[in-house]
Amino acid sequence: MTDVPTTTKADWTSDQEVRWCPGCGDYSILTAVQMLMPDLDVRREDTVFISGIGCAARFPYYMNTYGMHGIHGRAPALATGLAMARPELHVWVVGGDGDMLSIGGNHLLHSLRRNVNLNILLFNNQIYGLTKGQYSPTSEIGKVTKSTPAGSIDEPFNPISVALGAEASFVARTHDMDRQHMMDMFRRAHDFPGAAFVEVFQNCNVFNDGAFGAITKKDKRASMLIHLEHGKPIRFGENNERGVVINPQGSAEVVDVADVGESALLVHDETRQDPSLAFALSRLSAGPFEPTPIGVYRAVERSEYATEASKQLAMAQEQSGPGDLEALLHSRPTWEVS
Amino acid sequence: MTDTVPRTVGTQELNRLVVRFAGDSGDGMQLTGDRFTSASALFGNDLATLPEFPAEIRAPQGTLAGVSAFQVQVSDHDITTPGDAPNVLVAMNPAALRKELVHLEFGGTIIVNQDAFIERNLTKAGYDSDPLDDGSLDNYTLFKVPMTTITKEVCKDLGVKPRDAERSKNFFALGLLSWLYNRPAQPTLDWISAKFKRQQLIADANTAALKAGMAFGETAELFDFTYEVKPAVLEPGTYTNVNGNTALSWGLVAASQQAKVPLFLGSYPITPASDILHELSQRKNFGVRTLQAEDEIAAVCAALGASFGGHLGITTTSGPGIALKGETIGLAVSLELPLLVINIQRGGPSTGLPTKTESADLMQAMYGRHGESPVPIVAAYSPSQCFFAAIEAARIALKYRTPVILLSDGYLANGSEPWLLPDVSTLPDLTVEFATGPNHTEEDGTEVFWPYLRDPETKARPWAVPGTPGLTHRIGGIEKEDGSGNINYEPDNHGYMVKLREERVAHIANDIPPTMLEGDIDDADLLVLGWGSTWGAITSAVMRAREEGRKVAHAHVTHLNPLPKDLGDIVRRYPKVLVPEMNLGQFCRIIRAEFLVDAQSVAKVEGVPFTAAELHSHINGVLDD
Repeated sequence: MTDVPTTTKADWTSDQEVRWCPGCGDYSILTAVQMLMPDLDVRREDTVFISGIGCAARFPYYMNTYGMHGIHGRAPALATGLAMARPELHVWVVGGDGDMLSIGGNHLLHSLRRNVNLNILLFNNQIYGLTKGQYSPTSEIGKVTKSTPAGSIDEPFNPISVALGAEASFVARTHDMDRQHMMDMFRRAHDFPGAAFVEVFQNCNVFNDGAFGAITKKDKRASMLIHLEHGKPIRFGENNERGVVINPQGSAEVVDVADVGESALLVHDETRQDPSLAFALSRLSAGPFEPTPIGVYRAVERSEYATEASKQLAMAQEQSGPGDLEALLHSRPTWEVS
Repeated sequence: MTDTVPRTVGTQELNRLVVRFAGDSGDGMQLTGDRFTSASALFGNDLATLPEFPAEIRAPQGTLAGVSAFQVQVSDHDITTPGDAPNVLVAMNPAALRKELVHLEFGGTIIVNQDAFIERNLTKAGYDSDPLDDGSLDNYTLFKVPMTTITKEVCKDLGVKPRDAERSKNFFALGLLSWLYNRPAQPTLDWISAKFKRQQLIADANTAALKAGMAFGETAELFDFTYEVKPAVLEPGTYTNVNGNTALSWGLVAASQQAKVPLFLGSYPITPASDILHELSQRKNFGVRTLQAEDEIAAVCAALGASFGGHLGITTTSGPGIALKGETIGLAVSLELPLLVINIQRGGPSTGLPTKTESADLMQAMYGRHGESPVPIVAAYSPSQCFFAAIEAARIALKYRTPVILLSDGYLANGSEPWLLPDVSTLPDLTVEFATGPNHTEEDGTEVFWPYLRDPETKARPWAVPGTPGLTHRIGGIEKEDGSGNINYEPDNHGYMVKLREERVAHIANDIPPTMLEGDIDDADLLVLGWGSTWGAITSAVMRAREEGRKVAHAHVTHLNPLPKDLGDIVRRYPKVLVPEMNLGQFCRIIRAEFLVDAQSVAKVEGVPFTAAELHSHINGVLDD
């Protein structure tokens, strides 16, 4: 669209006081989104942020767009209805790991499966923040919290694996310490015609401080973050000395490039139909203490849900003409009484 | 239609006839009843139906649990119920006879498929001896007809598989009944050829069976008379036969058309509401969007999301689904957006009786959310009236920007009756005005949009849909300040908003019709006060009592929250008030609490509707007390 007025970050910032704890990772995510929006060539009034409940879910209040702060876990469902009703809107869904993987897990799965045109940002801080520090479905086993004084005993979700398993067509990961990378991922999500899922490693400095520090601190990133770039061999390390291969068992494995040679490295193909390599990459790291891939895992276009629904409406009108109430009421056998 | 020579059989005229078709779940009894009904409707009778079937798709064959029944009353005058005791029971197997005989009137007619009365089936049904021969049916008029044998015989040259031929025996039964009661065969023949146009052999078998049934009646020399129920004298106009779920679906489409707002249905399959999802899924050319959601919660959330986007969001379900949707309905109360929540009530608690009727979700509709969370409630009272109830519920939701609960039940949903089709041009105009520009000026002169600035008359907030320039705003479930809509946790503000939401709903009482009141309005000794599907049985019962000289009035409430403004005067006007309900007295409790009158409850929670006779006896009991 050429007639979209030029805006700045300030235009996308609402007049509401931001009420996250000082130092929360959510601030940098908010800034990244607000800085990105003027570049997206969209109107504020055509943009909607929808959230559930949790710290992350306060996000819509801070965006000077249309917004809805819903109920716990249900943001993808609320957004599905809006996106189906109004396919021309740009609908963003924002939530945390408890919101979208625990109470609302079902809706996340099904919005991804249906491929509704939503940009879904999951702020993963591996903890319940708003309820003051219980373990979450992404917390590591053994997590000691108020509700797990002896350590948690449940296996955590890997959000990227979950999304891929739910037939997601766009899956990416970023982290709150790298604004430019966040903006790149959010832009890709926006540009993708379908459900775009972005996991954001987000630091909760009050209840789970430093959860991702081992991989996202400036001095750790080169050796611990694996940037996935489409069409390129997957390499990382201070001197790009390490790489990722698919071993004979089909699993992804970190290797020294010197040992295997560059040609043995996995060339990342985000457009690959078969999600098994993307899934293998999602299993590369057992947690934020091992080298972990970030970037776009998968971007495979397929039919978008609201578009398909609209097509069926258009086809019905083409075949039967616009609805005629009088004719509908007389569509079954009738008889006259005089 | 047949080459046999017709016997001369006399015809007797009946004012009304109640037939109950009963057989195994796989015997096609719902279809048979439905066809008998359609033919009668097209013939011009008034009628009312009561389908009753097990929750299991194919319960164990030949057992009592697997019996499926369909009762229809046809008459030459205006009727409101499917009849109390059937005059005729058609029993396709021993289980059907054993289970359904209790309903039959003393001395009534039994027509059985004799072929099914074999040792194995008798045992399955729990008979020690064959009831067809042991004298136990001596108080009835019994006709033993070898339906399976004859049906197979007439199909044998058609090339139909024996199993398919056997399955046509329900059409034999229909043919026999059509002959016996002078129902026209043509509508059924037309229906068969349309329905099975791609399965010619099945069409042939069903046609042959139907004709064989009719021929059997003429030639078997079992029947001394045929019977006739003349067309009813009904208001002039065009009629169609409609069940509650269809009428309700069409009412939703009509509301969307009248409001010029697209319909969005979010729904999750559940008995007995699923047929609304099926019907609306076929109305895409009306711009109706349907989403079969992943669960009940997603269904209502998607509807609410669509409402935020300027559509009329609807969700359809039954009681268990409402329980799951409670939190979202509360959100809609806080967001003040239009939302229609439709509950086709069934027996509870829990899974309860999925295919049986009950009206025990009134308190759930009133109070089934946390916090002070008032929601207007509209209740349908007859199958065809579901059409208007849907329009009325939509009207309130759209005009007052609020979730509205519409209550129907399994009896209305599946029961059918002739419906005098309304003139579409007389339907109410539900046109909605969306917000288009700023509505508030800040102290510094800036023009802004306040999402919770209200219309002084309706107390409704503006409906500002995404995509509208200049109106960007955020809404949510957190307590907010009136006007600006900004988050506000202050004690005074919460108290104010709670009262405001209560008043908003209470205020709708100024905009709803007066209570329906009939009978001895001026001097009744007893008021029978009802809501929902009890209307038919109450109407019949009150009529019978009045024919005996009793002074009785009948008030029927369609708006359960807020209640009509005249209801207090009405319930205080009469010495006695009786409230029949298919629950343990939920509405009666509301009436007693609201108006401090000594209303008495009549409860029936058995999965089947009240009969007129039951209510008649209650009315006499109270009056003689």
